Amino acid sequence: MKSSSDPVWRFLAPSFLFVVLFSLYPIIESFRLSFYRMILTLPWLGQKFVGWENYQDLFSDPVALQSLLTSMAFVAVTTPMEVLLGLGMALVLNESFRGRGWLRAIVLVPWAIPTVVASQMWRFIFNDRYGLFNFVLFGDATDRYWAPLAEPGLALLSIMVADIWKTSSFAALIILAGLQGIPRELYEAASIDGAGAWQKFRHITLPLVKPALLLALLFRTIDALKVFDLVFVMTQGGPADATNVLQFYGYKKSFAEGMIGYGSTIAVAVFLLSLILSLIYIRLLGARLLAQERPT
Amino acid sequence: MKKIIFVAGVSVIGGFSLLPFLWFVTTSWKTATEISAIPPVLWPSFHWEHYHAALVQHGLLHYIANSAIVAGATTVVSIVIASLAAYALARFKLGWGRYYLLLLLALSMFPQIAIAGPVWRLLSALGWLNTYHGVVAAYISLSLPFATWVLTIFFKELPYDIEEAALIDGCSRWQALRFVVFPVAAPGVFTAAILVFIHAWNEFFFALIILTYPAVQTLPVGIALFPGEYTMPWGEIAAASTIATLPLVALTLFFQRRIVQGLSAGAVKG
Repeated sequence: MKSSSDPVWRFLAPSFLFVVLFSLYPIIESFRLSFYRMILTLPWLGQKFVGWENYQDLFSDPVALQSLLTSMAFVAVTTPMEVLLGLGMALVLNESFRGRGWLRAIVLVPWAIPTVVASQMWRFIFNDRYGLFNFVLFGDATDRYWAPLAEPGLALLSIMVADIWKTSSFAALIILAGLQGIPRELYEAASIDGAGAWQKFRHITLPLVKPALLLALLFRTIDALKVFDLVFVMTQGGPADATNVLQFYGYKKSFAEGMIGYGSTIAVAVFLLSLILSLIYIRLLGARLLAQERPT
Repeated sequence: MKKIIFVAGVSVIGGFSLLPFLWFVTTSWKTATEISAIPPVLWPSFHWEHYHAALVQHGLLHYIANSAIVAGATTVVSIVIASLAAYALARFKLGWGRYYLLLLLALSMFPQIAIAGPVWRLLSALGWLNTYHGVVAAYISLSLPFATWVLTIFFKELPYDIEEAALIDGCSRWQALRFVVFPVAAPGVFTAAILVFIHAWNEFFFALIILTYPAVQTLPVGIALFPGEYTMPWGEIAAASTIATLPLVALTLFFQRRIVQGLSAGAVKG
């Protein structure tokens, strides 16, 4: 039993097995299925090769276009908000004060809660008859109460609010790790030179925390493109497809309607979109990893 | 003045993070009249009916058991598989090791919908739909990227000399991992395990498509599909949500330092 006699593949084989069976094969299979027409739950009806027809349908499908725009709007609003709020939280958490451990634990609460629970919670807060949201806006004037989840203009905003609440703390943690890497001496030196709080923030904190901000932004972008749970529970994609984000539309076509061929076409489109984002991400951050020297 | 602003900041952050959820938790102790009251009732009458209804009528204990089995099995198996891979990636001189890590990173970013149909068909062909092992298999592949990354980072940081001594004394690589590296790396392994567990406990999308029989469904599916045709049973939903969240809040409060460390190791050091 010499060290050299242990083949490396024995350590990696289980990992390979899962990655190939449940990640790589399904992606390739999604591509293949996107050229077929078939019903998910009725496989005995067979699959019919239809060439690029599903893709032609996708490009002329107004709901798909709306879905893409909805997802884009969701990403564009939530991610900057989350990073901004996360930065605020991280700046406070980076100070030393009594009860810091408690505040850090409290900030983690929205992150730890199941998204489905957060969705039900916000659905309750946005209730049209006795939701806290309406009471805060209109008080006792119940005749003026809104139904935010039933109005096309407000439903997406409501889901954005829920997402920002749920995930800002994740951004805060990443940014906090960045802040903790800034050497204290820089601030001390700046103080000696007579710099104020704002100048220190502007000229020391901000430039040095930029990589962490970028990382938080990219992580949140990739996650925001996957939003599903909030939509499923709060609006089911409605009203009038106003919250029908890509992941939900793909789910609806593939599983609720069973159109696995067309559903796969949507899946491929979402996949390519994420792939582009992932490549940008890996270029920005993976380069550092590739350059890194191996230990020992 | 500066102190006042700081205290205000702390209060706003604490309130923003905690109050919406506390509001939902207090709802679980209110009577139906209190729930729909305008102006809202701030202090509940600590009415436990909804817990009884959720646990007995809606079989919440059953969902809890399913979630515990699925999340527990996912955590144990993922950590074992990821530790093996991470050990190889951290210690063997593999030219392509870093490309495998990048592949895992890329996989973790793909939207679930990109693989959902084929995963469903694969599980269907295996007869694994509506089974624990079916959903656990899908969850393992979801958690491997994160677990492998975090563990590789932890293993790389461990000093090599004890292990080297063990190898020179005739230990196999396998024994070195099992008896030397694993015990020393226990804190890191534990951190990864907590995060994998929380993720598996909360996962909804794959649970929704794989588990269609209530007998095997997990808590998130039970809570999302909570039955209520004309009026939403908010008290019961809030009670079920509180119960579903309790283990997570407990984990977070106890292990917040580790969780923060694990999340930032996975994110920043990568």
